[in-house]
Amino acid sequence: MNNLSIGGLLRRPEAGAFLGLAAVLAFFVVFGSSKFLEPAGAASWLNVAANLGIIAIPVGLLMIAGELDISVGAMIPAGSMTVAILTGHYDLPTWVGILAAVGVGLTIGLINGILVVRTAVPSLIVTLGTLFAVQGLVLGLSVLITGTTSVAITADPISKFLFGQFLGNTFQVIIVWWVLLAAAYIFVIHFSPYGNWIFALGGDKVSARNAGIPTQRLTISLFVVSSVSASFVGMCQAILFNSAQVSAGMTYIFNSIIAVVVGGVLLTGGFGSVVGIFLGTITFAVVNQGIYFTAFDRNWSSLIIGVMLLLAVLMNNTFRQIALTYSPKKK
Amino acid sequence: MSRPILKLTNVNKSFGPIDVLHDICLEVHAGKVLCLLGDNGAGKSTLIKTLAGVHKPTSGTIEMDGQPVEFTGPRDAASRGIATVHQFGGTFPLMTIGRSFFVGVEPTIGWGPFKIYDRKRANAVAVKAVRDFGITRIDDGDRLVGGLSGGERQSLAIARAVHFGAKVLILDEPTAALGVKQATHVLRIVNEAKKRGLAVVFITHQVMHAMAVGDQFAVLIRGAVAADFAKGERTREEITDLMAGGETMADLEAQIDAAAV
Repeated sequence: MNNLSIGGLLRRPEAGAFLGLAAVLAFFVVFGSSKFLEPAGAASWLNVAANLGIIAIPVGLLMIAGELDISVGAMIPAGSMTVAILTGHYDLPTWVGILAAVGVGLTIGLINGILVVRTAVPSLIVTLGTLFAVQGLVLGLSVLITGTTSVAITADPISKFLFGQFLGNTFQVIIVWWVLLAAAYIFVIHFSPYGNWIFALGGDKVSARNAGIPTQRLTISLFVVSSVSASFVGMCQAILFNSAQVSAGMTYIFNSIIAVVVGGVLLTGGFGSVVGIFLGTITFAVVNQGIYFTAFDRNWSSLIIGVMLLLAVLMNNTFRQIALTYSPKKK
Repeated sequence: MSRPILKLTNVNKSFGPIDVLHDICLEVHAGKVLCLLGDNGAGKSTLIKTLAGVHKPTSGTIEMDGQPVEFTGPRDAASRGIATVHQFGGTFPLMTIGRSFFVGVEPTIGWGPFKIYDRKRANAVAVKAVRDFGITRIDDGDRLVGGLSGGERQSLAIARAVHFGAKVLILDEPTAALGVKQATHVLRIVNEAKKRGLAVVFITHQVMHAMAVGDQFAVLIRGAVAADFAKGERTREEITDLMAGGETMADLEAQIDAAAV
């Protein structure tokens, strides 16, 4: 896409994510072993990355558009409980449960989007509200319907094959979904004309609207995509592990934001890339899992992630300055 | 004189009990620059918002090419060829020049769902459009807009409006935050737009800038046109005095001198 000079690479949003990943890989190879690059080791962080990555990309797109979605934390258990209750508890066909899980994502996404667009309340607050509301709803309904907070599920073979099998005994099939979805996102965001709209929306909402971009519909669509993605991941996890818990998913809120920011997306919107988010997700997963391959206690991994996040933000600011070469005051 | 492209007759605008514009009569001609002068609060922004379709006049008529029109909204006004360029408006600091230029109307190549954004063409068109306006420092459409100087960004926004078929260009204080040299850039572009036959409404409170490009001047005081005159009919001092609401600068200076003694 760009001229292949070093300067050109440094000006791209994913420059920081790329260097960060290289540094993290080097760190764990030096202090641990290269075992975590071999298939068995790679599976441990690829599985983490895939589950997180499917959610991180739409969360990142929302951030590029100037919005934040933290309700994904509740949408994961919502997706897995929906499919588990319908398929496991009521013995309905698996596809009914899958469609219902997607439908739940769609509904909550619409609610998020419409509330943000109509009320102009910051999306952090709106999605904080839906985060707790959905969490409570899932817990309440689960106990009411099944009398427990953990439901077993036996998916039919086709669903199991598509969403919940282990490839080569260790790789979750969701990795394939992640790579395919990432490719689709890259096409839409960086090659199709619609991607431009998202960057414009995050850059200057009023100008974007004046330029004829349907800003409200675009915002709502992005919220729907992130909610459906989280619900999808929850659904896959339920089918993979043959059970669903009410409580899973809260860690995804911060983890997705970390992956996105490490990936070079500007918190205030208007700048970022799908490749960057992809690399940021891998970086996060490598730090999260790589610690097991070293002699360090795994409690240190949070410290590394925290420091890495701060470094990433500082580094990305520098790279953005390089990209701008000179920055007039931001409006 | 030719038929005005935009004509306002006795336009009034009030928000509830507050009258903001009183019987505004203005004519905007193709290939001419109308300078709208006025102090803060004189009603300049309300007037341009009315021209741009944001506000509907409470009474009075707006005619375009001799036909009375009623804008349903800013989009309607824009589609009829009225483009408003606010300070830095319409450009996105963290987007490339090419992408920023074509926001909302991205050129594509390919077919069906695989239409992709045509970066080469967008960049080429954007760079050419800006260079045609004499900003030769811009030669790479992949550069980020935020890396341009204030004057260049303003020029990019104007070039964009012209490229997409504006007939009337409303410039809202385009030189207000610019240095002397950058402002000259923008003034040159205003001249170029005029040469291409566009009607320009140039809003400013810098008399120097107005006098450099204006053909026709209107001074707004408390929502009414206090003076309407052609180029060369008034001196700079007279215009400044008018803007200050009739209090002459000379009087003011005398008062200050008296106070200092």
